[in-house]
Amino acid sequence: MADQFPQPGDDRGAAAGAARIVDGAGLDAVIRGLRGRGYRTVGPAVRDRAISLAEISGVADLPRGWHDSQSPGSYRLTRGTDREIFGWAVGADSVKRQLLPPREVVWRAGASDRLPREEGPAESVPLALVGVRPCEVAALRILDRVLGGGQVADPRYAARRQDLFVCTVECGSPASTCFCTSMGTGPGAESGFDLAITEILEDEEPRYLVRVGSDRGAMVLNEVESRPATPQDEAARQEVLDRAESQMGLRLVTDGLPELLERNLEHPRWDQVASRCLSCGNCTQVCPTCFCVSVEDTTDLGGTVERRRRWASCFEVGHSYIHGGPVRPTTRSRYRQWATHKLGTWHAQFGTSGCVGCGRCIAWCPVGIDLREEVSAIRAGDGLRAAGPRSGGG
Amino acid sequence: MALAAEAGSEVRHPLTPLRYRVVGKRRETEDTVTLSLLPVDRPIALTRPGQFNMLTGFGVGEIAISISNDPAAEEPLEHTIRAVGAVSSALCQTPPEGVIGVRGPFGTDWGVAELSQTDTIVVAGGIGLAPLRGAIRALLERRRPSGKGHLLSVVVGARNPSQLLFEEEMLAWQRAGAHLQVTVDTARPGWSGPVGVVTDQLARVPADFSNAVALVCGPEVMIRYTARALVDLGMPRDHIRISLERNMQCGVGLCGHCQLGPWLTCRDGPVFTYDLRAEGILASPHR
Repeated sequence: MADQFPQPGDDRGAAAGAARIVDGAGLDAVIRGLRGRGYRTVGPAVRDRAISLAEISGVADLPRGWHDSQSPGSYRLTRGTDREIFGWAVGADSVKRQLLPPREVVWRAGASDRLPREEGPAESVPLALVGVRPCEVAALRILDRVLGGGQVADPRYAARRQDLFVCTVECGSPASTCFCTSMGTGPGAESGFDLAITEILEDEEPRYLVRVGSDRGAMVLNEVESRPATPQDEAARQEVLDRAESQMGLRLVTDGLPELLERNLEHPRWDQVASRCLSCGNCTQVCPTCFCVSVEDTTDLGGTVERRRRWASCFEVGHSYIHGGPVRPTTRSRYRQWATHKLGTWHAQFGTSGCVGCGRCIAWCPVGIDLREEVSAIRAGDGLRAAGPRSGGG
Repeated sequence: MALAAEAGSEVRHPLTPLRYRVVGKRRETEDTVTLSLLPVDRPIALTRPGQFNMLTGFGVGEIAISISNDPAAEEPLEHTIRAVGAVSSALCQTPPEGVIGVRGPFGTDWGVAELSQTDTIVVAGGIGLAPLRGAIRALLERRRPSGKGHLLSVVVGARNPSQLLFEEEMLAWQRAGAHLQVTVDTARPGWSGPVGVVTDQLARVPADFSNAVALVCGPEVMIRYTARALVDLGMPRDHIRISLERNMQCGVGLCGHCQLGPWLTCRDGPVFTYDLRAEGILASPHR
């Protein structure tokens, strides 16, 4: 499938050079350089005791010394005295919010003429994402296919995506909830970026190995004081990635996963997980690829009609509503839909898995449901069927 | 400052409808009306029978409604709507000359263009006759030049006689050569036709099932049983076309509401071939 969006890295031939090394001041200069070029720079920052994506104007805004500890149903930030900036995995917030805002007015129509007038996206300033993980870059690639790869693209996503500058930071600090190595999306970044940074912590003051993925990235980096990376620097980067791989949590075995799920729709594990799942939809909100939106129309007191698009969740009872009631009335059917879509039927629809292995759905599940454990339970009991007949209602 | 684009401008958001005026309104049953619609500004692209449009009751909401005529052959656009929820009720209550929004057309169609040389069995349950009306009209139209053509059999089921749609028109289809069978779940005084489900009627259809094509629309349970019955009567699975309903909010595969196994119903349907995969998907409840 051809991707409609320019994939940084495609033009690597023109841009690729040997990796460079910058220090903290150089990293700051990269961010300022992006701002100087007119980008709104958004990167990791501590908000509400979590790493979120917020507007940043320099390295001083980044979460230096902050570290996260994640496990099923738990996310905690602690602050150390170290100089590490990217010493955490991922927060609840993802790139999804930047490109597909949670709420958006599409159009308004007057009370008398009923003529829909589109409300364009307020931001016409191009966005630069700084410090997002390779799993986030993988999520962008999936969203590109979902929202931009079909017959009709989401024009607002496409507009934001078109100008997006991606400066990813490879992962040296995965959480126990992380499984990017299972999904082939990390901890290193191979493509889909303008610049890729690796934070190297051998000395008291970290240094940053920067690789270029596009001409735009090269231009930004060229304006920053740097030195060529040595073989020792490259080895240090590899060490960061090797350590990250070794720290990864449980694996999610993906062999034949769509087929496994498709033939186990009546597996007793769905009942078991439904007894714990609250159907709250947290997993879908924090998931960087869950793209479901609802369309809502309202009228104000003056009669002006407004159409809004908002994030939705397949865990909402009304998500599948057709006349007569919801198609998926039970938590069992809704959890099954989410998991089988994300890991299975997503392939049929979009030619890729819908999961990047970021583990957000695990950490932010209030009852600590671990997608990896659910899948392995189904794999272990492949072919089991829940006892008793099920109603055949549509 | 937000950029505002006039609805008439070239680049339109896929969620922005065009304005259509209600130029005709016909009551079909107690809770069902057919709206005839003409564009206020400019028209949507040609809607083929089986496809659907998203209709907006301004300020109330938007729902997916199949086209109920054949716009290739006749203006205006017709949509037959049963008042069951807030939006469908608002649409049904739109007065003549009132304005609604229309986006579309979306999805797959019945493919009637390929059926002029084939015996065709149309099976409809309840409001499911509406999405088939345009196909029936197109099939009758296509047969006309050659005088008598291939069989068009229309099998219609409704809960009771007062719920029957297009009663007058059904008689016209019969006069035009269609073989018509109508059944109701519950009879009322004055009803002399059969009582029972549509599947009971299928064996009496005078068709060679192994060569005929079926178009089926109605409640999902009815579709399931009808498709199975047709297979039992000897119809190959890939001759059976079914129209499925799921919640649709965008129509273009971007909102995720119409997930059905490997399908996005708005994009891959609503008309599907009843192959083994479709049979499996329909056999699994709550998908």
